[in-house]
Amino acid sequence: MVPGEPGPSWNPIIDLQLLWSFPFMVNAFRAGTIVAVLAGLIGWFMVLRRQSFAGHTVAVAGFPGAAGATLLGVAPVFGYFGFCLAAAAVIAALPRGRDAGYREESAVTGTVNAFALACGYLFIALYKGFLGGVNALLFGNFLGITDDDVLALLAVAVVALAVLAAVGRPLLFASVDPDVAAARGVPVRALSVVFLMLLGAAVAEASQITGTLLVFALLVMPAATAQRLTARPVASLALTVLIGIVATWLGLGIAYFSPYPIGFCVTTVAFAGYLLAHAARAGRFGLPRPRLAGGAT
Amino acid sequence: MTPLTRLDDAVQPSAPPAWPSTGDPVVCLRGAAARVGGRTLWRDVDLSVAAGEFVAVLGPNGVGKSTLVKTILGLQPAAAGEVRVLGGRPGRANHRIGYLPQRRGFDATLRIRGVDVVRLGLDGDRWGIPLPGSARFARRRRAAEARVAEVIDLVGATGYAHRPIGQLSGGEQQRLLIAQALVRRPALLLLDEPLDSLDLPNQGAVAALLGHVAHAEGVSVMIVAHDVNPLLAYLDGVVYLAHGAAVTGTPDEVINGPALSRLYGSPVEVLCTSDGRLVVVGAPEPPAVHADRHADRPSGARDGSR
Ligand SMILES: Nc1ncnc2c1ncn2[C@@H]1O[C@H](COP(=O)(O)OP(=O)(O)OP(=O)(O)O)[C@@H](O)[C@H]1O
Ligand SMILES: [Mg+2]
Repeated sequence: MVPGEPGPSWNPIIDLQLLWSFPFMVNAFRAGTIVAVLAGLIGWFMVLRRQSFAGHTVAVAGFPGAAGATLLGVAPVFGYFGFCLAAAAVIAALPRGRDAGYREESAVTGTVNAFALACGYLFIALYKGFLGGVNALLFGNFLGITDDDVLALLAVAVVALAVLAAVGRPLLFASVDPDVAAARGVPVRALSVVFLMLLGAAVAEASQITGTLLVFALLVMPAATAQRLTARPVASLALTVLIGIVATWLGLGIAYFSPYPIGFCVTTVAFAGYLLAHAARAGRFGLPRPRLAGGAT
Repeated sequence: MTPLTRLDDAVQPSAPPAWPSTGDPVVCLRGAAARVGGRTLWRDVDLSVAAGEFVAVLGPNGVGKSTLVKTILGLQPAAAGEVRVLGGRPGRANHRIGYLPQRRGFDATLRIRGVDVVRLGLDGDRWGIPLPGSARFARRRRAAEARVAEVIDLVGATGYAHRPIGQLSGGEQQRLLIAQALVRRPALLLLDEPLDSLDLPNQGAVAALLGHVAHAEGVSVMIVAHDVNPLLAYLDGVVYLAHGAAVTGTPDEVINGPALSRLYGSPVEVLCTSDGRLVVVGAPEPPAVHADRHADRPSGARDGSR
């Protein structure tokens, strides 16, 4: 909540005009939109590949990254990207079972996860004056996003999406049907490394909006909601992006007018969407109807 | 696992292929051997499959049938001998091969439609995204969609192809995967237990379909199976793997008491039931033609192809 501001008018157009009259809010919307698109698309593949645990671990690694960067007096952005990409590289380098593929994330992933959180705590403890920023690192922050930050987010997102567009179809093939894809000459192992790097980039971007603990609001929830609603890949991808953007915009609006951190607001909106999608599907395909009690006593 | 017993008289490395092969063979093995995990699974295997031939690969669990398929695909290097596929080294012409791996089905929560899985078989290995809007794009897409619909109709999966594949039954998934293997009009079909999880009428229907694909469309078909009976009417040849070696020949030449007894090195009988079905009895490892799948696995052994 930005103190001293009036509450919402509940007219979306007037509220958006109000929000966009502040340059920092404009930048927050720009950054949020870029991140929602990138995280949504990469997250769609992550959900399909059942790699959410890897995504979570990469996100958690962003926490010591940002804390360590602050400790060293460097911009947190470098910490996020450095540590998220490094964690993705570690997971990519893990030996895996002969046929387990990406489906069985090894216990090493969990080890990296716990160690990263511990390091984050250590860095924060070492940097005494920083404690107030912990909430922002873990649960997100939309204040103080500069034009340069937006440009950096955009540049990374454009590169990542270009790579995704280039490898998208073979990646889908390798995710759905790795054995046949490998026999067809699709480099399944190399694609899985490329994908983890893309995941690292997407997570590093999302962390800066939602905080490291709540990246799934943009990474998993839009994709999971869209996949619930349709099994057509193209429609599902488009819906993922749409849901991600709507959740981010609503979340930003709520965060502006309320005392809660942005990550919490986006997560709540995205989760509501997920529940609605569940309810919609359950309604469409007929839950077992509650049996009428009849006219008996 | 049983020790290796070489066959002296049943399989000679120089023996000519047992069923007539005309022209260039599509698949050709000469004295080939396979080693996985430091163990030789089979050796001195000679095999030649020509265009339009329908060949079954039989044998007990763990004998290396899936490994043979992977050797032909170039996913597993041959430990000895020569392997040639579609006129080149294995792995060179895999875009002309339709492959159905041995598997246990898709994750029930996988939210991708059957048609999408078939479509991936058509162009899933292409890089980049096509630019929508161009006339060439529209024409390509219509042709691709028509081909996918055609092949789905061929396997009789039209009724459920638009449902998420994870929600389909094992047999329905299997049919869609056969369609995926067929969609690119391959020159060679390698199917690892495609009849697995199909009921008897469907086994017959798929066998007839594969026979048609081989004999009418000139596609070479190699199929790994545990029960040869649904296939018998259509087969040109049989490769029977056991005890580290193979017998190849027409079904009559291979699936008979003396030939299998030589292969196993102990008396084996093949009984013919009144309706023409073959039953192998007395094979030292658990039932070979009628298999009780995976019941005989040593606990440490893992399935070759998921
Ligand atoms: N990559 C590997 N590393 C170690 N052992 C392997 C490997 N691949 C296969 N094997 C072993 O090789 C043997 C043959 O495997 P394969 O999958 O070819 O058998 P199969 O004849 O297809 O059996 P099934 O009828 O059960 O499918 C098995 O004992 C298996 O454990
Ligand atoms: Mg097998």
